[in-house]
Amino acid sequence: MIAWQEPLVDGVYVLAILVFILGLRAMSSPATARRGILQAGVAMLIAILVTFVEPGLSNFALIALGIGIGGLAGWYWARVVQMTAMPQMVAVFNGMGGGAAGAIAAVELLGNLGDRSISGLALAGGVIGAVSIAGSVIAFLKLQGWLRSKPIVFPGQQPVNMAVLAIGLGFGVYALASLEALWLLPFFVLMLLFGLLLALPIGGADMPVIISLFNALTGIAVALDGFALVSGPLGDAGYAMVIAGTLVGAAGSLLTLLMARAMNRSIGSVLFGAFGATEESGVAIQGAMKPIDVDDAASLLAYAGTVVIAPGYGMAVAQAQQKVKELTDLLEAKGVSVKFAIHPVAGRMPGHMNVLLAEAGISYDKLFDRDEINPEFPATDVVLVIGANDVVNPAARRAGSPLQGMPILDVDGAHQVIVIKRGQGKGFAGVENDLFYKENTRMLYGDAQQVVGKLVQSLKKLE
Amino acid sequence: MAADIWTALFIGLLAAFVGYEVISRVPVLLHTPLMSGSNFIHGIVLVGAIIALGFATTPLEQAIGLVAVIMGAMNVTGGYVVTERILAMFDRSKKGRGGTP
Repeated sequence: MIAWQEPLVDGVYVLAILVFILGLRAMSSPATARRGILQAGVAMLIAILVTFVEPGLSNFALIALGIGIGGLAGWYWARVVQMTAMPQMVAVFNGMGGGAAGAIAAVELLGNLGDRSISGLALAGGVIGAVSIAGSVIAFLKLQGWLRSKPIVFPGQQPVNMAVLAIGLGFGVYALASLEALWLLPFFVLMLLFGLLLALPIGGADMPVIISLFNALTGIAVALDGFALVSGPLGDAGYAMVIAGTLVGAAGSLLTLLMARAMNRSIGSVLFGAFGATEESGVAIQGAMKPIDVDDAASLLAYAGTVVIAPGYGMAVAQAQQKVKELTDLLEAKGVSVKFAIHPVAGRMPGHMNVLLAEAGISYDKLFDRDEINPEFPATDVVLVIGANDVVNPAARRAGSPLQGMPILDVDGAHQVIVIKRGQGKGFAGVENDLFYKENTRMLYGDAQQVVGKLVQSLKKLE
Repeated sequence: MAADIWTALFIGLLAAFVGYEVISRVPVLLHTPLMSGSNFIHGIVLVGAIIALGFATTPLEQAIGLVAVIMGAMNVTGGYVVTERILAMFDRSKKGRGGTP
């Protein structure tokens, strides 16, 4: 390497890594989060640009073409997507990272098949990268509703999955041993198939955990590619990938555990449990669902002292956030105290509901998480559940329920519960909800946006 | 050669602890932007993709390298824009709160 280029490139990578770490740190507080991502963005841009200074690079036209296509596609898609579709977008872009890691591993393998330390690491990067992109695609299809979100199971699923993994790894190892690159083709095909098979039986309710898991996996795949690159001609880029990849791998793994804990699920049961595939039997729910009309619901809310709104994904799907904001303003004008109860996994990702409500202009000091708000329910006059189901299902407290042990919002402890719901169907987990049959629960059927809109109209008439 | 990989392993170990420490202090409120932000940071894969394509010699290597660059570029731009959009909302809500009594 020419003298002036090495310190420049290395220095920029070191600086970029430092800013990445500080950026992640800044994201731990709402006040500094935005600055954090801006700084990380600038650092990333400089790190990418300085890579072109590295001597010995060729194929510049192809590189520019690739960055042009990928950059524009990513930028455009991320710009136009609705906020409700954010989880699947994270899945898609994460899958792209996994795919890139897998493809880099393939190039490294083709060029360095004889070097055992490089090809071994690249093989590992290839496994994880391929599993990550294939799994992310399934996660995207399920969240987008193009694939049914219920677990897709067939007899002998786990043995079949394990066989696919083992045979695929066999091809990879054989390619390294025989130095014949052709065997890499069945290796990559089977690893992609394994990724698909791995994600198929995972139910919709577990998707946030899985996206986080694949995010961590992509980080690890990037780090493994970095390991394979450090002894190559441009090793410094390899170190940058090792650090950034491991950083994401570790942070993502911890985030995955935190999310799984919030749902009272272990990673093992998320991956292999096929949650929601089995129906609880032998429990008959007493009582019937009792409907209420909009005007009655509006007056209940207007003459309450304290109202807690428990929003769920149904509110987001119906785009009802803006109406909810109007409702909140009207109620507060009448002197009603309004709070929001945010379950950690309301929506499709932790914090997703906070984002959607913030978008509508509801300030986040009105948002309370589960542990803060649960003790307040017995003193709450009216709880308004909007499009939430599993996270308010008291069945979670009953032994034998598939939801057993999942932390929930104890809304059934309030004096009165009004549930806005599209129909009489079950929630994402496919479990019947005891709450809807309770004595103090009233059902308000309809699309969340329309119903909340009517509530707003009705409240205005009360003035 | 092997020494480089060992050095990288030591660095990787330290990075793992940093990753763990940094995230253990993040409130649930910011979990979604954080997941999205870390998704952006592994977009550094684009640098590896540029190098892989930059040193590719055969047409097959070039084709796979091009795929790597396209995907890496999507990861990095998409990851950034999504994170920025999410965090921009928190910013707006903060100003909104300042305006109301």
